[in-house]
This record gives sequence, structure tokens and C-alpha cells, in this order.
Amino acid sequence: MEAKVFDMGELDIAWCPGCGNFPILKTLKEAVAELDIDPTQLVMVSGIGQAAKIPHYLKAHVFNGLHGRALPPATAIKAANPKLTVIAESGDGDMCGEGGNHFIHCIRRNPNITNIVHDNRVYGLTKGQAAPTSPLGFKTPVQIHGVCSEPFNPMAVAIALNASLVARANAQDREQTKELMKKAITHKGYALLDILQPCVTYNKLNTYQWFKEHTYYLDDSYDPHDRMAAFQKATETEKLPLGVLYLSPDKPPFEDNTGIYHEDSRPLYERQVDVEKLRGLMTSLVS
Amino acid sequence: MTDGKGSRRRDDISIVLCGQAGQGVQTVEYLLTRLLKLAGYHVFATKEYMSRVRGGMNSTTIRVSSREVAAYVHRIDVLVPLGKGALGHVAARVSTHTIVLGEREIVGDDPAGQSFRFLEIPFTKMASDIGNKIYSNIVAVGAVAQLLGIDLEHLTDHVRRSFARKPAEVVDDNAKAARAGYEAAGGLGIDDLKLTPAPAGQVKDRLLLDGAEAVSLGAIAGGCNFVSSYPMSPSTPVLTFLAQHDREFGIIVEQAEDEISAINMAIGAWYAGARALVTTSGGGFALMTEGVSLAGMLETPVVIHLAQRPGPATGLPTRTEQGDLELALHAGHGEFPRIILAPGTLDEGFRLGWQAFNLADKHQVPVFILTDEYYIDSYYDAPAFDLSQAGVERHVVRTTKDYRRYVITQDGASPRGVPGYGEGLVVVDSDEHDEQGHITEDLDLRVRMVNKRLAKGELLDADVVPPTLIGPQDYKNLVICWGSTYHPVKEAIAQLGRDDTAMLHYSQVYPLHSGTADYMTRADRTIIVEGNATGQFARLVELHAGVPADELLLKYNGLNFGVEELVDRLNELLKDE
Repeated sequence: MEAKVFDMGELDIAWCPGCGNFPILKTLKEAVAELDIDPTQLVMVSGIGQAAKIPHYLKAHVFNGLHGRALPPATAIKAANPKLTVIAESGDGDMCGEGGNHFIHCIRRNPNITNIVHDNRVYGLTKGQAAPTSPLGFKTPVQIHGVCSEPFNPMAVAIALNASLVARANAQDREQTKELMKKAITHKGYALLDILQPCVTYNKLNTYQWFKEHTYYLDDSYDPHDRMAAFQKATETEKLPLGVLYLSPDKPPFEDNTGIYHEDSRPLYERQVDVEKLRGLMTSLVS
Repeated sequence: MTDGKGSRRRDDISIVLCGQAGQGVQTVEYLLTRLLKLAGYHVFATKEYMSRVRGGMNSTTIRVSSREVAAYVHRIDVLVPLGKGALGHVAARVSTHTIVLGEREIVGDDPAGQSFRFLEIPFTKMASDIGNKIYSNIVAVGAVAQLLGIDLEHLTDHVRRSFARKPAEVVDDNAKAARAGYEAAGGLGIDDLKLTPAPAGQVKDRLLLDGAEAVSLGAIAGGCNFVSSYPMSPSTPVLTFLAQHDREFGIIVEQAEDEISAINMAIGAWYAGARALVTTSGGGFALMTEGVSLAGMLETPVVIHLAQRPGPATGLPTRTEQGDLELALHAGHGEFPRIILAPGTLDEGFRLGWQAFNLADKHQVPVFILTDEYYIDSYYDAPAFDLSQAGVERHVVRTTKDYRRYVITQDGASPRGVPGYGEGLVVVDSDEHDEQGHITEDLDLRVRMVNKRLAKGELLDADVVPPTLIGPQDYKNLVICWGSTYHPVKEAIAQLGRDDTAMLHYSQVYPLHSGTADYMTRADRTIIVEGNATGQFARLVELHAGVPADELLLKYNGLNFGVEELVDRLNELLKDE
């Protein structure tokens, strides 16, 4: 399938020129096209923020919900119809700040969805305040003395929770980002893909150049099944490792654990109430 | 009433069991209510309990009668104290007519001279003589059965059946304990609590269930197949009931990390074609309010069971109140239509339970089922629910390639598609959006979208559940109530014995039925009864029907209304005519 299948035609895109969201959007279209996912089988779920507008810019079903709340509906959509491919995609503020509790518990729940986080270490849409991921000392119009809270580390948190797949990409490297997107989408279980990207307007520190100089690729000798090694990689901050940091592949997904698809693969919208069973249940309340 | 032997027979007896959590109140309650129903009597039971797992002091009131009973009464005919402190806990309800049945050391050293009749039966000693003091609660069941004149056969059969899964000697010992209690009470010569003979065959086949079960069965009948909630008293029994039947009915039941997640999951599930429910209370629902607004904007259906308890904040976690009507009415920022149902009877709990799902699906709005602790925890026998009327009305369309989720229609409702069903794309956005569903800042379009969403409100009026009028059509006094106060108010008005007073009960409180002003202006005097401190329904009525109530009859100490206090307070309000 060609990536242009996902093109929306003429669009007034709300991102700044040079924004890291552009290469991510382009790469995502290529990834789903190469996987031959029909737009009618793809649901893009997001919260609020500049990254969270991405579902509006490619052809797919869209659930653009509340700030921080992408993961609960994404989990439910997949559970209500496991035949759909579900991607929950938002910024680091949305996923790790406002939605931090859902991020934690979504990983525990392990729905078979892909969670793409645009990690630019700053708030864009609200005009330049610190993100949970902003580095110590990072100055903004609100954090005028510099950030003094420990930066949120989505990789380390996910590995601590034994997430099914944990990966990091750099938006500039579209080829690797695409391969990691495809891995995450085809992986059975919750897959976190954190994508490093600059904010050209509000983050003068973590620029394209900065990410280039502060990242490196995990090579073939690295075993992502080793949780302790993965945790060590996740806590490296001088130079950030790119690739699949952690894999815990044998966990049953949430929708399998519901038990309702074992003998009946129909999505919920096709199902009917069993009235005779209901009559039996009601009759059991006679005494 | 007298029988052939000249002794009085009673038709409506209230039995109160009281003790600490863990002392057997629930066991005695379970065995007695089922026994009385099997023996052909109507039963009602409700409990009041403290917010703790062990200890404290809890009580259950059981009413038994040959007539239908469904409301709490204050008076106690028989008190069975199962732990020290029980007498003090219910002292305000004990009178010279009360028979206290039990052990001297629980009741007190010298019960003589106290204001009740004390019948001593050493439950624990008798149980120990049979083999184990844990049978003491069964001795109590036997003693109560004797006082009420239940057949010994009924009693021992019932006890044997109830313990049938236990080893044979445990079954035998329980039956012995029941018989021992029965015989001991027989030796006391009390025959003024014997029940009138039960009406033949009326009760045995009826359901015995509580409000939580009625709402849960209604939800299943309405096609509920997804429940996401966070446990919170008193809403949790609905979550528990549905969880216990999840695979049987293909229901996904998920305990969410918080109520915010719960409602966002439910909205996501509806978006993908499920029929989802959240069940919550007080502060839990407060956390959901942004989600309610999301449902309003996405025009995605959602059903919210809100079991009220007293607030603000944590309030009284295990008590009752009708204090969250205005919260449900106004929850969520922005302007959008909604429906608020408030069942009063168990049958309404079932009917409104399934109708809530159909209404939500049809109108694409949040639908509330507003109950409270009293409604959820009270149970009585009721006729089997009519399943032939119940059913799933689906309003999901198969999408075509050019599908637009928010196509502007005359009446506001746009056909709702779900992802994966048809050729189209289903786009929903919490931002203001165009007909396709994509984000927009076109302000003319904004106005059209607001108008479209609000236009659905007019459609809701056609489906409003009418209020129930009980009593004379040519009433002078109209007593208005809503939700769980149905039965207490009904019984109180019947006891008033006035042919100029009627009751009007609302099981849908919003949108308000259009005949409300007419009902009210026909009366010389209107009284609104509700379980809150400020008269929230009265305000709603005044705002939407334009008629203020003459009197408010309110209660907000955490307990439900009792029949006697309603009789007294209504008499007081009506006396100066």
C-alpha cells in the first residue's frame, strides 16, 4: 500500500514550520502503508496538545479526546473490537504529566495497542512551560529559576512496570523511526515508542543538533530481554540509546484476559443479549 | 385480628437485628428473609452500617407482612441484639411494645424496669450445648420463627437447604440449633406476634432482590457489555454483580485506576460500538465530570449509575442522601443535553436500567441513573421483571465512504457509525469540529454545531418518563417526590387516610415532564419531599415548570425517611387547613 492512501489533501496544519511533528507524521503514514493497514481498520487516539493533533492529519478513524486521557479510550476501543489497529499518540506532557496515572496503569493492563509519545521536553500548545521530561535547570516563563523536579523518564518507568515493548527513536532518523513504528504496531501487547523531537519554538536546548549529538544506536549485541540491562540503558542520560530497549513478549493482552473472545471473535457491536440466560439469572433471585 | 383460639394475630411486624460487623447480622438476615418469603410472606429489609470492616454497630430492619411491604419503618416490634451496645444503638426506636429477644449479658444485667419486654434465650449457651457456639445465630433464627408462628418444618427444611453444601453433621447441628431456638421461644408463652396466615402462593415465586441487582439486571437487559469503574460505596454492588456474571453475558468488567479513566474508557467503548456503563458515587463522580462533558461534545452515548451518599467530600460514606441531583444536572463544562433517571421501585430500576442504554444510544447523550444508598441496599419481594418489553434498540449505522459523523440534520441527531463497520471513517474530537469530525475554529460552524447539539434536547422531551400519580385525581394537596423516596412516601400518604391528598413521583427528573406545572397548579398546596438540605428538586421544578412548591419536607442526617416520621411531618404541614 502506498503512503499517499493516508494523505488528507489540502490541510491547514497547526504546527510551526520545522516542527519535529512533521517527520513523525510522514514516517507514520509510511509505516502503516508498508504494513498494509487499511485506513478503515486504523484508529488514531490522542489527547490534547500539538502532537495530539496528529490524528487529524492522516486518513484513519479518530478519537481525539481529553488532555491526558488517550490511553483509557484506546484500551477500551481495542477491547470492544480487537480487529482494529489502535495507536494512541500524544506528547510527553499529555502522556506523562496529565495522563501519568493512565500511562502507569495502561502498561500494567497491557492492551494490544501502540503508544507513540512525541518527546520534545517542553509544552508547546500552552506556550513554553516545562514538561515532566524537561531537564533540571530548564528555564521557562513559569519555571523562572529553572526546573528543580526530577525529569520523568518514560523508558525507565515502563521497564519498571515490565512493559511488553519499550523503544526510543529520534524523529530525524525517519528510517529507524519507521522500523520501530512497524515493530511497535505489529507487536502483540502494549508497545511504547518514545520519539525524541525538537520543539523549534520553545526548546532552545534540545535542538535537532543536540539530539544528534546526544543519542546512539543500540547494536545487535544488545539483548532487549534482559530487564536489568534495559533498566541501565533507560537511565543513561548523557547519550540516549535508540532502538528497542526492552521486550517482555509473552504477556497476554488485556482483551484476551477479558475472556470474552475465546469462543466468539465478534466485536461487541455485533453481539446480542442472551435473553434466556438473563431469564435464568433473574429466576435465580426468586429465593 | 384473632384466630380461633382467641389470640391476636399481627399483619406487619418489624424485626431489627443489631450487632457489630462480623457478629452475624447478615447471616440471620439472610436466613430469616428467605424463610419468611418461603413461608409465603412479603418481606422488606434495609440496613444501616458504619464505614468500617469490623466492629462498629450495624443494624438491619426486616419487615414481614401478608401485604406488600417496601419501606423502612422506625418502630421495632422484635429486637434481636447480637452484640453488646446493640440496645444503645437503636434505643430511640425501642418502646414498651418492643420485644427484646436474646441473651441477658448482651441486653444488660438487669433488664427489669427497662422500657421494653425482655425475653431471655441464651443463644450462645444453647449453641455450645449442641456442639459449637457458632450456631448461636441459628438458635436466634429459630426463636424468631417461633414468635412469628412459622411452621417448624419450614424452618428446619430451610436451614438444612441453606447449609446443604456443608458436611452432614454441620447440617444436622444447624437444624438442631434452629429447633432448639424454636422450642425455647415456644416455652415463653408469647403469642401476640403470630403472623396472620400467609396468602396462598402469592409470594413464593416472586423475586427477592435489592436495588443494585435491579439496576444491574436492567443494564444486562439493555445490552450492557462493558463496565469500567472504581470501587466506591454505595455504588460498588452494581460493579460486583456485573463482574460476577461477566463471561456468562460477555461483559468486559474493568476496575479502572481512577474514575477519570473509568469514564474515558466507557466513552471509548461506546465509540467502538460497545454499550458501556460506569457506576460511581459522590467524589468519584466528581472526577468524571470532564468525561461527561467529553460525551456531550463527542455526542457519544454513556450511561452513568450515580449512587448518592452524603457529601461534601468524603461525607458519610455508608449513609444515604439525595444530594447530588444538581451535580448530575450541571456536571461538565459547556452546554449540552442529558437525561437523568431516578428509579423509585425495583421494577423501575430494571426498566430504567435497560431504557437508559437505549436512550443514550438513540439520543447520543449522557444518561444518568440516579440512585442512593437506601435504594441500592434495600430489598423486597417483587414480581418477575417483564423481559418481553426489555430489549436492545440499536442506533448504529453502517458507514459509507463519504460518511460524516456530525452531518447537520434538522433535529440535531447525526447517524452514529462505529470504526470498522462500513467503508467510512468515524472521526470524533473534543475540540469544536466540522461535520467530518475534524478540529475547526470556524466560528459560524461553531454556532451551527452548538445549535445541532442543543436541538437534540427537544427530541428528549418526546421520551420523558411521565411521573406516577397515586391517589385522588381531584387532590387538594400534592406531595411530590423523586427517586428512592417512592415507597416511604406512598405508605405514609396511605396512612394519612386523607381523600384530598395525592402523591406524584418522578422517576425521570430531567428533562422535567411537561405536565408538571399543570399537576402543581391543580393543587391548593404542594409539598416536595427530598433527602437533602436545600430542596434541589424543588429548585429544578421551579426553574423548569415555573411553579414554586409551597412546602419542603427535607432530611439530611444521613438516614432515609421512615414511614412514621413522614406521617408526622405531613400531618404537621397539613393540619392548619
